[in-house]
Amino acid sequence: MIRIEQAIKRYGQTCVVDGVTLTLPAGGVTSIVGPNGAGKSTLLAMISRLLGMDGGAISVGGLDVTKTPGDVLARRLSILRQDNSLTARLTVRDLVAFGRYPHSKGRMTDDDARRIEEALAYLDLKPLADRFLDELSGGLRQRAFVAMVLCQDTEYMMFDEPLNNLDIKHAVTMMRLLRRAADELGKTVVVVLHDINFASCHSDRIVAMQDGRVLCQGTPQEIVRPDVLEAIYGTSFVVQEIGGKRIATYFE
Amino acid sequence: MKFASAFLILIALAAASMFVGVSDVTLASLSAGDGKTWLILLDSRIPRTLALIFAGAGMAVSGTIMQMLAQNRFVEPSTAGTVESAGLGILLVMLVAPGLPVYARMLVATFFAIAGTALFLAILRQIPLRSALMVPLVGIMLGGVISAVTTFLAYRFDLLQSMGAWTTGDFSAVLRGRYELLWLSMSLTVAAYFAADRFTVMGMGEAFSSNLGINYRRVVMLGLVIVAMVTACVVVSVGMVPFVGLIVPNVVSMALGDRLRRSLPWVAMFGAGLVLACDIIGRSVIAPFEIPVGTVLGAIGSAFFLYLVLRRNSRAA
Repeated sequence: MIRIEQAIKRYGQTCVVDGVTLTLPAGGVTSIVGPNGAGKSTLLAMISRLLGMDGGAISVGGLDVTKTPGDVLARRLSILRQDNSLTARLTVRDLVAFGRYPHSKGRMTDDDARRIEEALAYLDLKPLADRFLDELSGGLRQRAFVAMVLCQDTEYMMFDEPLNNLDIKHAVTMMRLLRRAADELGKTVVVVLHDINFASCHSDRIVAMQDGRVLCQGTPQEIVRPDVLEAIYGTSFVVQEIGGKRIATYFE
Repeated sequence: MKFASAFLILIALAAASMFVGVSDVTLASLSAGDGKTWLILLDSRIPRTLALIFAGAGMAVSGTIMQMLAQNRFVEPSTAGTVESAGLGILLVMLVAPGLPVYARMLVATFFAIAGTALFLAILRQIPLRSALMVPLVGIMLGGVISAVTTFLAYRFDLLQSMGAWTTGDFSAVLRGRYELLWLSMSLTVAAYFAADRFTVMGMGEAFSSNLGINYRRVVMLGLVIVAMVTACVVVSVGMVPFVGLIVPNVVSMALGDRLRRSLPWVAMFGAGLVLACDIIGRSVIAPFEIPVGTVLGAIGSAFFLYLVLRRNSRAA
């Protein structure tokens, strides 16, 4: 379970996250949506201790993220951001292997090696395992980073806009993968999304943010409705049910 | 084994270095037990060869760590203000406390090198970097400003001549008793290997490091101290050895990637080999005179730097 109490983040005069209180149960996929500048990524970064807070408290699985040592947290929660540096030229396998670092501290066991191969296989990266990341397309590279996070094998997995720069096919594959991680591996997945329909089709819970606050939260049925979406995004929506999924259009 | 054959080449270069120089050292005179030949070998040639190996390996490994620190492929201690700051430190010691022993001089130089490099990293954080080439430019400018201060002071206090000792790497004055600081440098280089994984992760950025439970600031500090100390040792004992930290990490990275646990031994060996080879060239081309190794490296290094920049740009486009 993730507990957020009165979390605050300020930059100068502006409050980017303004007293968010939120409880996310363990298991399943939770999407955080909202317009630009709503504080989604900032909140995710605070949950995953990448960013300090100016007030409030956050605990993940009972561990206070500001007080628990980094290496302990690294075995409980993982975070993948969108802007991953490629200064260090690594092969796909090297990268995935670093996912085991929190567990092995560099001394790989047979179990670690097996998990690395499993993660590579899970993302169909076996044929590319020895290629360098800078030689791969953006989509494949993103997959390699996800494989690393899977290899890290934490109970809680956070993704900040994982669909950025992905084409339609790869975006769908990515969301199915996060779904599988929750369903098959029992992970708690929290993901910041821009596309409301991906959130609608693939998540169990949607948290909508606006101006640094949580505006509303609920199941896709509860959130993907014209009036609610209009309140979140400030533009009009048409919502239709297609194949049991609620799909919002906003192009007219 | 590739590594073994590369190691053999290094040994061969080291062996060659023993026999190149003004005085003739030959196997025949050595086996004849000629006292003067042995003296030259033990007091000059072996120290010089070891100094070349230690300085080369040290600067190459420092370059690699520096590149992971700044997350940029174009930096090395001489394009990040590190070397110039160390130089300023040495000059100030000459002015304020000329009697200090060499170790104390090295410590002061280390302190200045840490401060200079930290300033470089702080500037990088402050300015928006639109291009990877901005990073070494900032470093070179910072180095320019620092060495301008140094030169001004040296000019005012009539120490310009002594400045030459650390601005151009030169191994011709290396004798037993005058290079031992480089053993410390080599120990630090070896020690860096034990943090190889953490340095690789550091190169992937702060968020990436934190996610894996690595204390980014602490690793940065460790890298900074190792780079500054190795640089200070090298600058104090033989002068600036430019471009090794740029060429070697890039070549090794192209071939092997940057998992430092695998690549650092190659970086160290290649660095040592390059500096050895350049010094042998410097000793041979205008024998019996010498071209300082810094000059030879400068010529080779700047050509390579251009190649690297042009190649990067063509790929980025």
